[in-house]
Amino acid sequence: MSLLTAQNLSKTYAGNTVLHGVSLDLRPGEVHALVGENGAGKSTLCRILSGITPPDPGGSMQLRSQPYSPHSRRDAEHAGVRMVMQELNLLPTLTVAENIYIDSMPRRLGVINYRKMNADASRAVESLGLRNIQPNRLISSLGVGQAQLVEIAAALAKRCDVLFLDEPTAALTSPEIALLFTQIRRLQKAGVAILYVSHRMEEIRALADRITILRDGRHIATRPISEISHDETVRLMVGRDLSQTAAFANPNPTPSPQIALQVENLTRLPSVKNISFQLHKGEILGFAGLMGSGRTETMRALFAADRPTSGRIYLHGSSAPTRLRSPRHAVRNRIAFLTEDRKSQGLLLPLSIQSNTSLTNLPSLSRLRFWIDPKRERATAEKYITSLSTRCRSSQQPVGQLSGGNQQKVVLAKWLFRDCDILIFDEPTRGIDVGAKFEIYRLLRSLADAGKSIIVVSSDLPELTAISDRIAVMSAGHLVQTFPRGQWTEESILSAALSQYKSGP
Amino acid sequence: MNTATPRRFPLPIDQLGLLLVLAILILSFGLTTPFFLTTATFSTIANQIPATLLISVGMTYVLIIGGIDLSVGSILGLSGGVIGVLMTGPHPQSLLVAALAALATGMLCGLVNGLVTVTWSIPSFVVTLGMLEIARGAAHWLTASRTAYIGTPAGALADSSLAGLSLPFYLSIASVLIGQFVLSRTTFGRYMVAVGTNEEAVRLSGISTRPIKTAVFIIAGFLSAAGAVMDVSRSQASNPNAGTGLELDVIAAVVIGGTSLLGGRGSVISSLLGVAIVSVLSAGLAARGVHDETKRLITGTVIIAAVILDYYRHRFTQRNQ
Repeated sequence: MSLLTAQNLSKTYAGNTVLHGVSLDLRPGEVHALVGENGAGKSTLCRILSGITPPDPGGSMQLRSQPYSPHSRRDAEHAGVRMVMQELNLLPTLTVAENIYIDSMPRRLGVINYRKMNADASRAVESLGLRNIQPNRLISSLGVGQAQLVEIAAALAKRCDVLFLDEPTAALTSPEIALLFTQIRRLQKAGVAILYVSHRMEEIRALADRITILRDGRHIATRPISEISHDETVRLMVGRDLSQTAAFANPNPTPSPQIALQVENLTRLPSVKNISFQLHKGEILGFAGLMGSGRTETMRALFAADRPTSGRIYLHGSSAPTRLRSPRHAVRNRIAFLTEDRKSQGLLLPLSIQSNTSLTNLPSLSRLRFWIDPKRERATAEKYITSLSTRCRSSQQPVGQLSGGNQQKVVLAKWLFRDCDILIFDEPTRGIDVGAKFEIYRLLRSLADAGKSIIVVSSDLPELTAISDRIAVMSAGHLVQTFPRGQWTEESILSAALSQYKSGP
Repeated sequence: MNTATPRRFPLPIDQLGLLLVLAILILSFGLTTPFFLTTATFSTIANQIPATLLISVGMTYVLIIGGIDLSVGSILGLSGGVIGVLMTGPHPQSLLVAALAALATGMLCGLVNGLVTVTWSIPSFVVTLGMLEIARGAAHWLTASRTAYIGTPAGALADSSLAGLSLPFYLSIASVLIGQFVLSRTTFGRYMVAVGTNEEAVRLSGISTRPIKTAVFIIAGFLSAAGAVMDVSRSQASNPNAGTGLELDVIAAVVIGGTSLLGGRGSVISSLLGVAIVSVLSAGLAARGVHDETKRLITGTVIIAAVILDYYRHRFTQRNQ
């Protein structure tokens, strides 16, 4: 009956369990939707099923009633299990045909038979309706949507009994989506089992036979699509215990009348569309939204890390807009931006805690703003190590050797040292253990109480609902709704976050 | 919080290996080669290396920010040409005026290198490769490809000496010390290391990285021109072919000193030791009458061996930090 089954799959990364004993079965000829919030474990599950990540011991998988334990993606592909990932997995400097047949190029006497390969590739892309794509075009010359379709074509060009599609329509236009759906239905008729991961409820309603809901790494429900309503799906995706984090709420959430930051029609295409909002002094404003909804891009445009195409920013209650030219200019206007990716954008990993801490305001520790005073620099670093209780050997230890939570504390230290008035935190607790998380929540609250104005971008909804005074929700590049404290529910936030993803054939 | 006392200066450990190699080289040449261990040998070396030393300071900076400067030899040639033309023209200028003009020329070349690199985000390898040709071509055009014999007016700088060592030698040692101090104790030095480690993180910390990178190329151009002043003063002549291939010698010495080609890590003092090792090796092999081709084979081997050693040394210090 079932083509692929999995029982009791778990996955733990560094003590952090992201998947708790999940079971799943895929039947031939079915489209099976997999839904859940960011971090619910969808990607981890797909990665295990397609051989990219091994599960923890204790779980088991069967393919066609035989034991199935792929050691690599290649293993899985040989068994007929293929995955199209969310991020493109193509080599941009090679052609369409070379990418499709990257691991099985037709050869004659060791030389690639380009004629046969290009002809085969032509057929493969034409079956997805991509008639205008020559097989000898470079991937880098294609648009994102076309590249996504080529990747799907590459998966379909070879033997494929089980297909995982992870957000396949994220970059596609409506006609492209229609073509993809036609193909999915054709595969379905041919008996292929398809696991379809998506945030887009309309697509799921249009395509899927059954739906599985994950939440916090746990299997919540598997139902035929006809037996579950949209509202019930959303409710099952979010319902969870909030008692742990309730303590960080602002007891007195009356906003200060002073406006710290006013943003009008901020735009940077394609991901930031006409964003307008206000940030009050002493307020924590949460930004919710799905991955790729444009939250990080909005903050980068606001901080001038990327230049916005249009829009106005009014700072610190001024009635004249400030045109920020660079991150340096933004920092000089007392805005701090704590990036989402602290390793590649926030920290200098081989350098010491001391050098990282002092970086944002080094001249203030220097005579004539030029000769660094090593004693003052070290004292400053040690002050923040103590006040944030950063666990380390000394202020001279390279930050690359610290744990995620302690690295994040160094990022906090460097910006606290700069003492900006508007602080933008992008995913401040990602990859951090619970203890350090709560310390960061406490710190955010005390900063707000001290009159700092704070934006927190987070994909962790309980976190946002616990600490925010208001929550702005973004969906597909738009700021769709702002909820004051007390007027949101997790369901209403998630509905708003999904609202702009109305597409489908 | 743990309050283990950190090492204030990671100098000794880093430079101990280089000093050891230098000592072994001097001793083994001294024991096997007659007349090597004499003051004459060392004062000859000392009088030859000032230009290389100065340029190695600039090259260390460029490598630390993750760049490379292939044009230093050509800038030295062009700046020397400027001195020759100004001092031997129809209105001969003083060495001071000619030297200032040469320094301005070097800084201008460095400015172009830096601006092109940061404005279009072009790898400095390519930009300075272009400048290598441009500056050399300009040197030949300016001097009509002729060596200008200036004579004693040019010698004022190199002829001054103290304790058997020339003024340029002292100046270049002073530059190394200042260079190391700027690198390890100033905001500019820290920003250089930071930019070479992770430029985007530095930019997002609210620091403009372009002026820093541009300044580093200007410094490299300035020091190349300063090297030209010293070379011209020593030989009392300006040759448009001066400094041909010098960029590779300097990069080799700096890399032997342990500065990383990937940026973010380096020391001017170590570059000084790198220059010393290369110079002693060259002088020692010459004193033993080794042929030039053999010298090159040995020098090349030493460069590669030094980088491999550095790989292990770096891993070792990382693990023990």
